[in-house]
Amino acid sequence: MLLDKTIAELAKGLRNKEFTSVDLIEECYQTINQVNPKINAFITLIKKPDVLKIALQRDAQRTSSSSPLHGLPFILKDTYNTKGILTSAASHVLNGHISQYNATVYQKLLDAGAILIGKMNMDAWGHGATNENTDYKPVKNPYDTSRVAGGSSGGNAAAIAARMAVFGIGEDTGGSIRNPASWNNITGLKVTYGRVSRYGCIAYASSFDTVGPMGKTVEDCALVLETIAGKDPYDATNSPHPVPPYFEELLNISSKDTVIGLPKECFSEGLDLEIKKSTEVAAKELESLGFRIKEISMPMLTYGLAVYYLIAPSETSSNLGRYDGIRYGLGREYFTPETRRRIMVGTYALSAGYYDAYYKKAQQGRTLFIKEYEKAFTQCDVLLMPVTPHPPTRLGKAVDDPMQNLLIDVYTVTQNPVGVPSLALPCGFTATGLPIGMQLVGKMFTESLLFQVGHAYQQVTDWHKRKPNLIEAA
Amino acid sequence: MKNKTTFSAADVHHIAQLANIPVTEAEEKKLETELGFIIDLVNQLQEVDTTGVEPTHQVTGQINVFREDEVDEERMLVQEEALRNAKNTHDGYFVVDAIFEEE
Repeated sequence: MLLDKTIAELAKGLRNKEFTSVDLIEECYQTINQVNPKINAFITLIKKPDVLKIALQRDAQRTSSSSPLHGLPFILKDTYNTKGILTSAASHVLNGHISQYNATVYQKLLDAGAILIGKMNMDAWGHGATNENTDYKPVKNPYDTSRVAGGSSGGNAAAIAARMAVFGIGEDTGGSIRNPASWNNITGLKVTYGRVSRYGCIAYASSFDTVGPMGKTVEDCALVLETIAGKDPYDATNSPHPVPPYFEELLNISSKDTVIGLPKECFSEGLDLEIKKSTEVAAKELESLGFRIKEISMPMLTYGLAVYYLIAPSETSSNLGRYDGIRYGLGREYFTPETRRRIMVGTYALSAGYYDAYYKKAQQGRTLFIKEYEKAFTQCDVLLMPVTPHPPTRLGKAVDDPMQNLLIDVYTVTQNPVGVPSLALPCGFTATGLPIGMQLVGKMFTESLLFQVGHAYQQVTDWHKRKPNLIEAA
Repeated sequence: MKNKTTFSAADVHHIAQLANIPVTEAEEKKLETELGFIIDLVNQLQEVDTTGVEPTHQVTGQINVFREDEVDEERMLVQEEALRNAKNTHDGYFVVDAIFEEE
């Protein structure tokens, strides 16, 4: 399949006229028609004739200086505004909401010549870890369709794994890129807070929300990040920090000078044994590449869920206050039970008499997390952690037990309050064939270092090349 | 497992009202337990000593981000566009529910 190729390989093939954008689109739509009915990854599939028209234009326009993303089919989590196209956040509250403007990340990709083919299923408003909190029916895992794809950016991850698009843009507030990336055997990056503009992205928890790339490989994510990162005057929280040439820098690393820390709290009780084993084997693999491995301790991590489930619901109760069905969409009675719970917890935590005990306490906890990470990064350069405590759950399980659902985020909720970047990448499979991912966490704005370590790992492993049987059969 | 934190029907009703979320009586009953579970979970934080710790509100490292006070026509919607997604409009305006009831 053409879609097995990396972005760099595809860009080269397009430039050398070995194949065309039209060929890529034809292949994507063929796979989508065959596989999507089994996994339900899309909310909106752009009409093929419209997409083919753009692909023809791209083929005609291509020059040697075109972006590596030029002419490549991509997908967006349905949380990004796309002028003239439905943007639903997977919620009936936004029924019929046709965007009136473009999110910056979408505009940047259009400017680079990339081609949008669909807007993807997700947990409504980003509220969830299994992609079952959606008004568009759950996304199924392409490695086992009796299981969930993960969330909240589940549609993106499942579609990329199943070769329906070359890359996608997800959104991560407490693991929403990394969790589905690891459950679908793809690579995904939660960027440093402010690295990519949030303008035009439907807000979940504004001080945690990050916009990031999802793709088959680390180097694909590096190429996408290069295109979407950078200063945007429309987002005041966006950083002026210069954007390095991530792709060019992929090999600029001295492994023997890089210390990788394993926080012991992440490898204790509650972690599935197969995930523990795979992550430890990955650490050994990195060690054999020359990286120095060091066990460290980060006791504050234990309080991750407590801080997250106070601040994120508080911010979401405020952000979702604007949905009143007057200017667009339907009324507030259409929020799902999961979203109601989060809005109500936030409302409670912010209400008179409880503000100091809950919201303020959590914001103080946030300061302690920042200190905990600062301390960890005096002992190592990169942290290696699991992404999820267990493999993808069976469909319906998290719906039956919504409280267990919250615990899936245990390893991914502490980075967002701190703002640090984290790269999730494949590191194995369970005995039953379910994907396992790990995450590499760095200091603020060290995406380049995370890419370098991740890329080094992907040069000597082939987990990321294993496709779901579903498409082999298709 | 029984929650340590308990919410009464009246508590849930009050929070729902503050959040402007319509909930049925059956939903209220479920929420009593569910909200209790989440508050139990976040209450773990009470073990942490935060005396004298400054709260963190944002992590951008930026202070006072300004822009020129100029109209950006790129970001303007014409009236027709702005109203296009609304269910109820009247003479170029959004129609909203009355807030004050008539005598």
